Amino acid sequence: MTAPGAAGSAADWWGTEDVCVRFGGTLALDHVWFRAEPGRVSAVVGGDGAGRTTLLRCLAGALAPSRGRVRRPAPAATGYLSAGSGTYPDLTVNENLAFRATAYQIPPQRARERSAELLARAGLDRVGDRLAGQLSGGMRQKLGVIAAMLHRPDLLVLDEPTTGVDPVSRADLWWLITHAAAGGAAVVLATSYLDEAERAHDVLVLDAGTVLASGTPEQIVAATPGTLTVTSERPAGEAGRRAWRREGRWRVWDPATAPGDARAVEPDLQDAVTVAILARELALVPAGEESR
Amino acid sequence: MTELPAQAMAVTRAFGHFVAVDQVDLEVRPGEVVGLLGANGAGKTTLIRLLLGLLHPSGGEIRLFGEPPSRRTRRRIGYVPQGLGLYDDLTPAENLAFSAAAFGEGPEAAAVPAPLRRYGGTVVGALPLGVQRTVAFAEALAHRPDLLVLDEPTSGVDPLARARLWETVAKAATAGAGVLVTTHYMDEAGECDRLVVMAAGRVVARGTAREITGDARISVVEAGSWAAAFGALEAAGLPVALVGRTLRVPGAPPDAVRRALGDLPATVTSAPATLEERFFELTLSSGKTEGPS
Repeated sequence: MTAPGAAGSAADWWGTEDVCVRFGGTLALDHVWFRAEPGRVSAVVGGDGAGRTTLLRCLAGALAPSRGRVRRPAPAATGYLSAGSGTYPDLTVNENLAFRATAYQIPPQRARERSAELLARAGLDRVGDRLAGQLSGGMRQKLGVIAAMLHRPDLLVLDEPTTGVDPVSRADLWWLITHAAAGGAAVVLATSYLDEAERAHDVLVLDAGTVLASGTPEQIVAATPGTLTVTSERPAGEAGRRAWRREGRWRVWDPATAPGDARAVEPDLQDAVTVAILARELALVPAGEESR
Repeated sequence: MTELPAQAMAVTRAFGHFVAVDQVDLEVRPGEVVGLLGANGAGKTTLIRLLLGLLHPSGGEIRLFGEPPSRRTRRRIGYVPQGLGLYDDLTPAENLAFSAAAFGEGPEAAAVPAPLRRYGGTVVGALPLGVQRTVAFAEALAHRPDLLVLDEPTSGVDPLARARLWETVAKAATAGAGVLVTTHYMDEAGECDRLVVMAAGRVVARGTAREITGDARISVVEAGSWAAAFGALEAAGLPVALVGRTLRVPGAPPDAVRRALGDLPATVTSAPATLEERFFELTLSSGKTEGPS
């Protein structure tokens, strides 16, 4: 069941309650609880098939869940950038935004001012007459985010706005995201970059449709079970299955807490998420059956 | 002298009036992982195409294993392009067999690695992106190349899959291959022995991540309301990045940031810049980040 609020209504949070989404025999989302609060940036992280896009489509109202409840604002108060599109390639940058402004019934003068401000800050002010299809990937993503936030939505949903984008465009995109949150929007973005998740206020880690972890980055790190040690070689035997490479060395996760281990290191969010994915994988593939 | 897998000497490449690569020197030594960083339009992909022999330099010289790029040197190179370069309508095994045959390798080079076997008859186009990347890596490594060239190999994969791809890269380097890798993901710089930073066609920095970051510093703002502080810094035209509840302001000293905040309750301190922040400084001071498109 989906419950859109009144347009422009204030809410304590938007999100999902016990949401499941089934596509044929696949459970794309499996009892997902998620909250996005106004004025905060929430990052949804996970790899291929984690369910990020499905969750974002539910939040944007583009997909009805098989069970559970979605709390979202009315369509007119939602902004949505879907993965890999969100702009019309055969319209210019200015035409794309003018079209959005008309669709959202923004008065023309206000739409022009806001478009000009956002385009200038994102470094797109000199390409207003260029076809969106001729923009570089980073420029196109910036245009897509501007188009999604043009009408100052209460909930801004962005599906992988920064994937494959260079660091300079990524900084511009984060400026737009921060600008929207500072203006009071609840911003939800899917990303596979954990340094971005670390910058967000709240993080949801999805894997194969289930929630592996959620909370602030600090809470997720603090909840990492067991002990993490660093070695220069991949450990032999069973421990090798719990090891992964990072910055030229090996992180080894021990699910049992070993207090006072001198080699123990404090995990960061990247470690915490890797442990969560690894723990799930180890539970699915018992020792001796792995293919690696 | 050991033969260098790849060497660019004062290489320039122009397209009409646009100079995409400008007087670039670069070396990749055996067993070494060199990270090539740069914004869009910095010239990374053009440089890679020059090194692969797909483009000819307008000036300067490219040498692969001590000789000009040719079909013979191409045999010793493994290349994973951004788009992966696989045939979507062939299975992983068929892709590997085709590539092995093209390289004149025997059936052992077409062997399907264990983690891919369970995808048996599925065509590559129907596989998850992470699996496709594993196929592309397997294909690039099957003929045991002495130079491995990877263009943004880990875009969009989860951290564990990313760690496994880097493990594959490290194995090839340990076996003696030189590796040249581009990435937009500064965390991965730690996997490289050496970094080369390009901006507007030129090399603007080289060395380890620590050497490139040097003693650059930025300002950090902790405010009662990050949104209000963001608004004030934005109004002052300062570049500002949100990190949780704090704001980071590269390129502005704490007293300037303090002034921009006016009466807002906030503490402003100075902190070492990250590699990414130093990268912005290098890129923005070069003046141009986007090529003609």
